[in-house]
Amino acid sequence: MKHSMKEELKLKGIGVSQGIVIGKAFVVQKGRISIPYYVLWNEEDIQKECERFIWAVDQVENEFLHLKESLRNGMADYASLLDVYRLILRDQLIYNETLNLIKSRGLNAIWALNMALEKVQQVFESVDESCVFDRLSDVGSVIERVMRKLSGQKSDIFENIRERSVLVIRDLSPADAAQIPLEKVMAFVLDIGGKTSHTAIIARSLNIPAVVATERATKEVETGDLVVVDGTSGDVTIRPRENTIRYYVELQLRLENYIKEINRKASQPAITKDGSRIKVEANIELLEDVVSAKDSGAEGIGLYRTEFAFMNRDSFPTEEELYQDYRQLAELMAPLSVTIRTLDVGADKLTPWLPVPDEVNPALGLRSVRLCLKYPQVLKMQIRAILRASSYAKNVKLMFPLISGIGELRILKNMVWKAMNELRRENIPFDEDIPIGVMIEVPSAVAIADLLASEVDFFSIGTNDLIQYALAVDRHNENVAYLFESLHPGLLRMIKFTVDSAHKRGIPVSLCGEMAGEPFYVPVLLGLEVDTLSMNAQSIPRVKNLIRRSIREDCKRFVRKILSKKTAKEINEELRHLVIREFHDEYHFFQEGFPSDGFSLLGAGVRL
Amino acid sequence: MVKRELIVANEKGIHARVAAQIVAVAQKFDSHIWLQKGSNRVYGKSILDILSLACKRGSLVYVVADGPDEEEAIEAVADLFRNRFGET
Repeated sequence: MKHSMKEELKLKGIGVSQGIVIGKAFVVQKGRISIPYYVLWNEEDIQKECERFIWAVDQVENEFLHLKESLRNGMADYASLLDVYRLILRDQLIYNETLNLIKSRGLNAIWALNMALEKVQQVFESVDESCVFDRLSDVGSVIERVMRKLSGQKSDIFENIRERSVLVIRDLSPADAAQIPLEKVMAFVLDIGGKTSHTAIIARSLNIPAVVATERATKEVETGDLVVVDGTSGDVTIRPRENTIRYYVELQLRLENYIKEINRKASQPAITKDGSRIKVEANIELLEDVVSAKDSGAEGIGLYRTEFAFMNRDSFPTEEELYQDYRQLAELMAPLSVTIRTLDVGADKLTPWLPVPDEVNPALGLRSVRLCLKYPQVLKMQIRAILRASSYAKNVKLMFPLISGIGELRILKNMVWKAMNELRRENIPFDEDIPIGVMIEVPSAVAIADLLASEVDFFSIGTNDLIQYALAVDRHNENVAYLFESLHPGLLRMIKFTVDSAHKRGIPVSLCGEMAGEPFYVPVLLGLEVDTLSMNAQSIPRVKNLIRRSIREDCKRFVRKILSKKTAKEINEELRHLVIREFHDEYHFFQEGFPSDGFSLLGAGVRL
Repeated sequence: MVKRELIVANEKGIHARVAAQIVAVAQKFDSHIWLQKGSNRVYGKSILDILSLACKRGSLVYVVADGPDEEEAIEAVADLFRNRFGET
């Protein structure tokens, strides 16, 4: 009777684990633990209290161990989380400290444990890091489990779940999560939480849809209510009407098919409807990344970051080591091409071996090729290694980062000729026609793109640095981060001029910044006539899918239109409209990921 | 006593699961192990201690080991840093 009177209600949260579920709710109410204080006077009682504490910790540890054993494969994320809890449980700051307080001051175990916890929290509070909040809640919830054991409270708050349900709970501590009969959970709905919360990690690793931050789900839902959870959009519908249910059943089916279809086609080339082929390549950092790059459908390595071989080692890498690394990569990818970027780091990363100057403004200082020119022996070694690796399948390209002018480029090219001459003298083979290209990421390089284009074989636009330098914005500085606009008209004009200049000289242009891996930017980048997109492997299937559904001529027309707009915000809105119109399903399924215009980061008071 | 300078190279820095890896490795050795960032030095066998250092990507960390198997211990910890803790 009560339920039939209540109306359908929609709550908006954050979708953190994809998928749609329709099911009955199970609402979990959790009581608070009281923390009594008393002092133990004789040795025997103190000894007993110590033993009781040790027993409680053992119990909780066993629960974690037991749960870890019962995990299926593919839940490595969750399993490693359980290892974290066990370490917290046995950490000297908690375990030894509590025993110490019981023994030395005769405190009861719960009070002593709470004191130890508060001390740890104080330490964390003095650390100025945003992610510490997450860590704190970890510690707190592990300790809470021990306290529940000590206070004799029943710890299994989930034992009343009888059938497969949608679990509705205020907050899901990881320690609580350890108790959940997962086979009975169809979806999670939480009042609080965020995209990186542990519930999100757990839900994703279990493939269970989840919505967090609904604020009042536990107040609005009653156990037994029918709910629809959309883990993509973040919508939770309570007591849905019949047509709502029908809508979601259909959506559920479509989403599953959509994702399956995208992944199935990942290995096929990306050709627009009007027959224009865009090469989609992967950015990688380690040799091991090749596997996932190939699995995701990469048609080459558009950016191999070579910095890692120089970091965290005792000795400077040798030419032979670098050669082996590059040759293996070339062999693994052949006949697909591999673009190797020369060392692109700030001076601080080479500290163990080279003297480091103190710099007031490192972003404009001794980094990347400039660092290599200061220490030419490092660059020479790397160039030789890259050249040697090119001999195997002739699929290697050499790329210089952070080029700001042609004078600098000529010195670098000269070093390549010299290295080639040396190799010839030593009778070491290499690809005589190895393509040499530059990254376009300094505004001056854009301004002279027409001149640069006659000096190199290809361009690769690094949007991350180009935006930073062109807009003079450090996006990690929260005071100005809102100005880091990927769709700034200034930036789009720069990309356009770069591409047009390159094509006039008949050389190809790749784009390898984060922009390339954002599927929703596909229409813009196609319209700007970029030839190749290089991105993190995970993005490849979705980007390829949207390329196949685009018409290049339409994209060009769209870009002409947005180039007349005056602000990034207007362009962003135009793009949103286009995406909703052309890729309705993609937008519908992934709208949470649509890039926001930077100004939404600003406080409401400043917004226009 | 041996000392080594290392850089945190994974994207998310030393978060809980990374700290857990460090502790798990450190606990295998008899030597004392410390991690130091700036002027803060913490015990390498305590996950909470390590987390309190709040090491982001690019942080410079000194690892110090002291004891009978200090060389092996520091090598094992350095290996974790080198492999970016198995992350990106």
